[in-house]
Amino acid sequence: MNPEIGHYALVLSLAVALLMTVIPFWGARTGDAALMKVGSTLALVLAGFTGLSFATLVVAYVQSDFSVLNVVENSHSAKPLLYRITGTWGNHEGSMLLWVLVLAIFAALVALFGANLPARLKANVLAVQGSVATAFLLFILFTSNPFARVIPPPAEGQDLNPILQDIGLAIHPPLLYLGYVGFSITFAFAVAALIEGRIDAAWARWVRPWALTAWAFLTLGIAMGSYWAYYELGWGGWWFWDPVENASLMPWFAGTALIHSAVVMEKRDALKVWTVLLAILAFSLSLLGTFLVRSGVLTSVHTFATDPSRGVFILAILVFFIGGSLTLYALRAPMLRQGGIFAPVSREGALVLNNLLLTAASAAVLVGTLYPLALEAYNGAKITVGPPYFNLTVGALMLPVAFAMPFGPLLAWKRGDLAGAAQRLMAAFGAAIVIAALAAYAQGGGPVLAPFGMGLAAFVVIGALAEVIERAGFGRVPRATAFARLRGLPRSVFGGALAHAGVGVCLFGIIAETSWNAERIAGVKVGGSFEVGGYELTLDRLEPRNGPNYRDLVGVFTVRRGGVDMGTIESAKRLFTARNMPTTESGIRTMWFSQLYVSLGDELPGGGVGVRAYWKPFVTLIWIGSVIMALGGALSLTDRRLRVGAPKPAKKPKAKADGASPVPAE
Amino acid sequence: MTRKGRRLLVISCAAGVLFIAAGLVLFALNDTIVFFRSPSEIAAEGTRPGTRLRLGGLVKDGSVLHTDGTHVRFVVTDGGADMGVTYVGLLPDLFREGQGVIAEGVLAPDGSFTADSVLAKHDETYMPKEVADALKKQGVWKEGEGMP
Repeated sequence: MNPEIGHYALVLSLAVALLMTVIPFWGARTGDAALMKVGSTLALVLAGFTGLSFATLVVAYVQSDFSVLNVVENSHSAKPLLYRITGTWGNHEGSMLLWVLVLAIFAALVALFGANLPARLKANVLAVQGSVATAFLLFILFTSNPFARVIPPPAEGQDLNPILQDIGLAIHPPLLYLGYVGFSITFAFAVAALIEGRIDAAWARWVRPWALTAWAFLTLGIAMGSYWAYYELGWGGWWFWDPVENASLMPWFAGTALIHSAVVMEKRDALKVWTVLLAILAFSLSLLGTFLVRSGVLTSVHTFATDPSRGVFILAILVFFIGGSLTLYALRAPMLRQGGIFAPVSREGALVLNNLLLTAASAAVLVGTLYPLALEAYNGAKITVGPPYFNLTVGALMLPVAFAMPFGPLLAWKRGDLAGAAQRLMAAFGAAIVIAALAAYAQGGGPVLAPFGMGLAAFVVIGALAEVIERAGFGRVPRATAFARLRGLPRSVFGGALAHAGVGVCLFGIIAETSWNAERIAGVKVGGSFEVGGYELTLDRLEPRNGPNYRDLVGVFTVRRGGVDMGTIESAKRLFTARNMPTTESGIRTMWFSQLYVSLGDELPGGGVGVRAYWKPFVTLIWIGSVIMALGGALSLTDRRLRVGAPKPAKKPKAKADGASPVPAE
Repeated sequence: MTRKGRRLLVISCAAGVLFIAAGLVLFALNDTIVFFRSPSEIAAEGTRPGTRLRLGGLVKDGSVLHTDGTHVRFVVTDGGADMGVTYVGLLPDLFREGQGVIAEGVLAPDGSFTADSVLAKHDETYMPKEVADALKKQGVWKEGEGMP
């Protein structure tokens, strides 16, 4: 396919996005139903054009069309097909195009599945989404055109950065973008509601599925990115507090707070002003993340290119959308009526606590990430804020979150009974103490915090189940009735419990890995052995192997425990010939939830090779827990109450004050 | 409790949590930041031994010495001054003589530097920003030129 088609489709996308910004908005202002309806059509057309543009770029990569500069700079004809496809977004221009494509897809989804939205709200949501698309399409067309040609075309490309030649590139960025950009919808809902100056519990019900979708994808995206870094970089670490990781963690915290506060708003008509602010913040932090990653102000693996004009352009987008939405918020928020009072000890109170701690954690990460930039701008001092800062602040803020987590769902709305909740958590508490005692016994004299942390993790997991058991009424009503009730519970209850259990599982993995991991660095000759975490590793042989566009030096290790042969681990040093760049291909052997991890260093003078080996107990639980969280979110999404835009219980007549009631058609 | 009283209570609890969080952030920032220094800056300022630093510059040509499997010695230079570094561990994939490097660790009393982590650049066109600035300051590398 001709790259010019892709470029042209991108220009058409810009035109459509502009129309999508103006027409539905004008329709909503003037109450013209026909104009409002145009928004949905335009959203679908926009998705079509950006999809075509993206497909054209993918084809250029697959065919190794070296007349396209972007392909020359990031591809190579000897690269396997999968990496030629994923290479499309393994660079600045292509990843921005993917960003806009995801944005357009979300707008199209609103157009398709938003049938029960009030016409005016839907039109405004699409208009806001159109304006974001316009800004980023302008950015791509003016500063990062992926379709620029190079004449004459070179015979061969410069290959993709070897670190990115991995299945991780196929999974991590798309998932992360579905999360990041998914929050654009909640942002659009928030801005649309502020434009109308009206917001109610039904709004929260419409926003929740979008927030949940974005959150689940973001959770998966972060977890997959973490696992990728873990096995690809060869350092054995799974979280580095790299600015770019922080950039994804901030919207995650804000999004987590959002999906919780939206529940309060839906059920109790309270925390409206706060929920709207969170919806704005979650996407603002996503934009900030895009800025940090794409502008090159912070250098990291994710920074593809540093072109000052791009940084300034994204900064302008950032200022426009964050500044604009917050100004609108400041003008309109006081008009939103507050409802639903509650006692500090109540379900609402617990969710407020959750929100406070999560946003504080988000702010702590923000300060730590931006402080070096601010200080350098202020007095030129170059500093780093490293892991100790983040571990201390985020750790201290997350501990109370974990401890309070099982209590929240057991408290009643409006006024809760803390003692009663504690009583119902006795079983979970007892189990936690048993686990902590077992952990203390298992480790002998290790770090004191480890058994405590594992007890806490167990408390979170079992406490999450306690809610389901409690709501079914086990122990209070006959067993048959309880089972019947269990079946009748809404899916969101199971989803919430599952997600909370996932947090506990993840926490268990984090604590077990950080307190019990063993590391061994050694120089080994062929035939030599060393020991790590109770396993004996013998280097059997070092053998060269050839891949399509690389050469490997593979170390084959035999693993033994107590003299028993447990198989082999292969770890390699890989040299990518096109860029003459080495990477580490760590060898990992998973045993239950734990992993034995071997990475190869340089060949040593006098024979042998440097080896770094780790024993990482329960490390996989970190990612398994994250996947459970995302599954919990997905399960909640299947709840009928979220799919059907049912009006809220007729406790009090809603939106009486302003006539045109946004009750959805049903 | 009245409506107003309840709201006040919730808000004051919230303020308390935020106050503690802010205190935590300030305390942690104060204690955990690490300054970046080039060899010339360390020589000029007479940095006290025992200080935790990030040392950046180029790996001096011909200075890398593997004493045994995992002990490495090398010299970091910015053109103006040199600094010897000892490190136990595996060097990153892209660690090369004549290339940019950042070593984080502690200044020893004998004037050498004991690194506990060594970072090299992520690919062949990327130079850590701090290192690039330090080199420019020493006149080793000027804007617009190729990589030294």
